[in-house]
Formats: sequence, structure tokens, C-alpha cells
Amino acid sequence: MEDASYMRRKLVDHAVRGACFIAALLAVVPLFSVLYYVASKGAGGLNLAFFTELPKPVGEEGGGMANALVGTLELVGLACLFAMPLGVLAGIYLAEFRESKLATVVRFSADVMSGVPSITIGIFVYTLVVLSTGHFSALAGGIALALIMLPTVTRTTEELLKLVPEELREAGLGLGVAKWRVTMRVMVRTALPGIATGVMLAIARVAGETAPLLFTAFNNRFWGGALDEPIASLPVQIYTYAVSPYEDWHRQAWAAALVLVTMVLVLNVTARVLVRHRVRAR
Amino acid sequence: MAQASLPIEPEPRPGSSARARPGWLGRLGVGTSVGDGAFRVTTALVAATVVLALIAIFAELARASSLSLEAFGLDFITSQNWDPVRDEFGALPFIYGTLVSSLIALLLAVPVGIGTAIFLSELAPEWIAKPLGFLVELLAAVPSVVYGLWGIFFLAPVLREHVQPFLASTLGILPIFQGPHLGFGMLAGGIILAIMILPTISSVSREVLRAVPGIYREGALALGATHWEAIRTAVLPHARSGLVGGVILGLGRALGETMAITMVIGNRPEIDLSWFAPSYTMASVIANEFTEATGDLYLAALAEIGLLLLVVSVALNVVARLLVWRVGRLPSGARV
Repeated sequence: MEDASYMRRKLVDHAVRGACFIAALLAVVPLFSVLYYVASKGAGGLNLAFFTELPKPVGEEGGGMANALVGTLELVGLACLFAMPLGVLAGIYLAEFRESKLATVVRFSADVMSGVPSITIGIFVYTLVVLSTGHFSALAGGIALALIMLPTVTRTTEELLKLVPEELREAGLGLGVAKWRVTMRVMVRTALPGIATGVMLAIARVAGETAPLLFTAFNNRFWGGALDEPIASLPVQIYTYAVSPYEDWHRQAWAAALVLVTMVLVLNVTARVLVRHRVRAR
Repeated sequence: MAQASLPIEPEPRPGSSARARPGWLGRLGVGTSVGDGAFRVTTALVAATVVLALIAIFAELARASSLSLEAFGLDFITSQNWDPVRDEFGALPFIYGTLVSSLIALLLAVPVGIGTAIFLSELAPEWIAKPLGFLVELLAAVPSVVYGLWGIFFLAPVLREHVQPFLASTLGILPIFQGPHLGFGMLAGGIILAIMILPTISSVSREVLRAVPGIYREGALALGATHWEAIRTAVLPHARSGLVGGVILGLGRALGETMAITMVIGNRPEIDLSWFAPSYTMASVIANEFTEATGDLYLAALAEIGLLLLVVSVALNVVARLLVWRVGRLPSGARV
């Protein structure tokens, strides 16, 4: 009797542990499947023309996505330009004056904002920027991406500043240095590499964003370098080509996906490895 | 460590002795506090822009949808009639599509996600847990549009050729598994969403489980519990609200997810009980029709769908964070 119940408990234990193991394996299957398809189908579409030429009109074979590549870099650059100073300064405020009422409100807002669907940020920027200027533009796309980056940069900066040992601040203050200079030149400078990796993660995230660009940056078949012109980007181009009926465009969509995924994963993995390394060193 | 090379110099002034004397502002007792005050005000102003941005998003979407709010009122969410030509807008098919696809996503992602979290935090040795956890988190890094591409050319054909015939032949008496096998449709959308919210659920759950004090497990094990009994009786009850929080965060992501699901769900604004049938979600209709919307009422109706989406996902996000905070903390820097 006693034995039977023990056996049963043991059996249940093994069954559940096995189920959890299978769940963990199941969780990584889609990752490998996606990466495998992107790599095998994308590699065939990659050639020099892909990186150097403009898209060809419908029906003509060949052409490339040079404009979308540059466009993505420009959009991400703009997003960083807006989001980084704002996010880092806001993060400094949160870490330095963490008890203040405003800090609580800002922290809460940043968390809530990171849950805002990116498509609604697209609508927001459309009504705010596109309607008031009268046309889709790189600027609008950059603002949309910046709004997505802002909460992440803010909170990461705060978290990393909190990791800097208080003794460093005390040493600085003990030397008679003004409080704000200690913050900027001791605390922030010590946390800077960590903040940089946080920003890298945020960049990796927005580089693949499509939804907020659809009606802000829109798309452009030609070079669109100016801030007030619509601009192409890799994610939007992938979407446009993927839902098109043309074989050649599908091939290019896979190639673009390979480039985008490589970019995003390299940024992401580098940032994670750097963070892990720093945490271990501490 | 870094103390040896502190990047500060005490600012020698011309004519001052080795021991720095305060400047004239300092002698008045304001020298440092002016700088400190300015610093505090500057950073506070910048920090306040985060709050302003959030308020502005709400206000702007409410303003943009005012026409539609006035014209349709509550009918907007109960009417099935989406007819831009006649300027009649009812969002029910999109709300239905969003809710059902998210439900399918939860059905699939919750057991797998929490199972993964239990395996990673309770059962696996460090050398497996680390790389495996890393891979699961990478799932969140793959851009949505790439999942969509994979969905169109891999997932939908596999569903059409293998999964849907199998489901129809085994569980075909259920109305959700009836109808033609198209591949594209509600089921494909739900599966894609499940993959995309899986890393959210598993990483939050893992963090929550990790926050449960080790002494709980040890106590249960010392009383003769098996590994699973220790988890079930000592760890899970402690972590419950946090796990629910993780699931709600995942739901929030599923509701707002746009590109991948737009590419596989079929985009047909009709309510069909079958999961094989094409459907349409709130985010998808915005993505597809916003730039083509002619007429102020059309645009306002789409903005109102955006507003609904915003309010619901923000509310879910707040609830989830409160639940998770009761147990532990979210993984830092995670956009969930």
C-alpha cells in the first residue's frame, strides 16, 4: 500500500519534470525554424545588387534594397538622436531623485508606455506630425521609433545607475565636488558602458519595428535622404514584398529578412554578452 | 576596481592654493546649490516629458476619434457592419478577431511558457538553463515582420497540408475545427501570437519563480516531498499572482501585436466560429486601412479602434505590473 502510493508519486514527479523539459524544447523550436528558413531562403537572394541598387519596377527582375538599408539606418539614427538624450536624462532623474513624487509618476508612465501597442504610436505620430506637415516623412518615422525607445532607455539608465556603488558618490562629495558634477562625472560615467548596452538593446528592438512606420515614414521606391520626404525601410519593404504576388519580390523579402535578422541578433547578443560580462566582473 | 582612476579633478583655479578655496558664489553659500538646482530642474523637466508623451498619446487618439465616438457611441463595439463606402462602422468583427486569436495564443503559450520557466528555474542544471534561457529570450528579438514572412511561406502551408486535415479528422465535431483548409486564418494568427508572447510569459515567470525564497523548497523537500510536490505545494502558491501577471503581460502584447498576425490571419471582417476561417484583428485593420482611409469619419473610426486598443492594453499592463510587483520584480529593461 505504502509502496504503491510512493511509486505513484514518483511517477507523477517524473511525468511533470518530463513535461516541463518538453515545454522548454518546444519553446525553442520556432526560433530554430525561423532562423533556418531565413538563412536558407535569404542566402539565395543576397548579391551585390541587393546592397547597391534601387528596387526595380514591377515585372522587372533584379534590383536591390539599397535605399531601404540606408533608410533603416537613418530612421534608427533619428530615433536615437531624439530618444537618447531624453531617456538618459530622465533616467538620471529617476536614479538621483528616486524618492520624489515626480519620479514615481515618471517611472509609472515609462512602464505604462512600454505597454502601448506600437501601432497606436503610429496613429499618434500620424495625427501629430504627418497631418500637420501635410506629408509622410523620415522625421515622423524617427519620432515614432523614438517614442518606442524612450521608456526602455529611461528605465535601463535608471537601473544601471542604481548599480553604481554609493561609495563612489561619497568619495566624490568628500573631495568637495558639487553634487551634480559627481552625478555626471562619477556615477554616469561609471554606468556608461552599461547604459550603452541598454541602448543597443533598444536599437535592436526598434530596427525591426514595422507597424509604426506604415503611416509615418511610409515607403519610397527611390532614394529619400531628406527629413521631410517619405523614406523606405527594411521592415516595411519586407512587408510590402512578402504580401505581393511576385516570386522575385518574395526572394528579395527573404534576403532582406536575413539582413535584418542578422543586424538585430548581432546587436542583441552583443549587448547581452556585454551585460553578463559586466555583472560577473562586479 | 575603478576607484584608482576616478575621473574628477578638484578644478584648480588660477591663483588658488593647493587647497581649493570656494569661488565668490561659493562664499555666499550658493555656489554648488545653483548648479545642483539647475541640474535637478533640467532633469526633472526632461523626465516630465515622458509623462507628457503618455498623456499626449491618450489625448491625441481621443481627439482623433471624436467624430466616430459621437456618431456611433456604444454601437461602435456592438455592430458588425464595417462598410466604409456607406460610412457605417462597427468594430465587432475586429474585436472578436483580436480576442479569439489572443485566446488561442494564451492556450498555447501559457502551458509551454510556464513549463519552460519551471524547467529553467527549478529543474535544469545551470549549464542547460543558461543557454536555453538565452535562446528563449532571443525569440523576443526576432522582428514581427520576419515572423509574418515565416508565417506566410512556412506556417500557413504546414497548417493547410498537415495540421488542419489532422484536426478536422480527429476533432472535427467541434465547430472551431470545421470548414475549408486555407492555412491562413484565425488558427495561424493564434499560433504566431503564441510564439511571440512565449518569451514574455516565460521570462517573467522565471523571474517570479526565482524570487521565491529557497527555504520554501528546502522545507518541502525535507518533509519528504518529491520535486514536483515541492514546486506545487511550496513554490507555485507563493508565485501565483506573479505568474498571473506574466500571463496578463503576454495577453497585452498579443492584443497589440500587428504585423505578423496581419500577414497570416486572412483579413476578412466577418465573425466565423471556425478557427480555420480568415478573420481580422483591431491592429490589422488599422495597419491595412489607415493610409487608404478616405473621409474624416473613416479615419476617426480607425483611430477609435486604436484608442480601444490603447486603453485595454494599458489597463492590462498596469494590472499585470501590480501583480508581478507583489512577488518580485520584472527583468530590468524588458519591454513587455
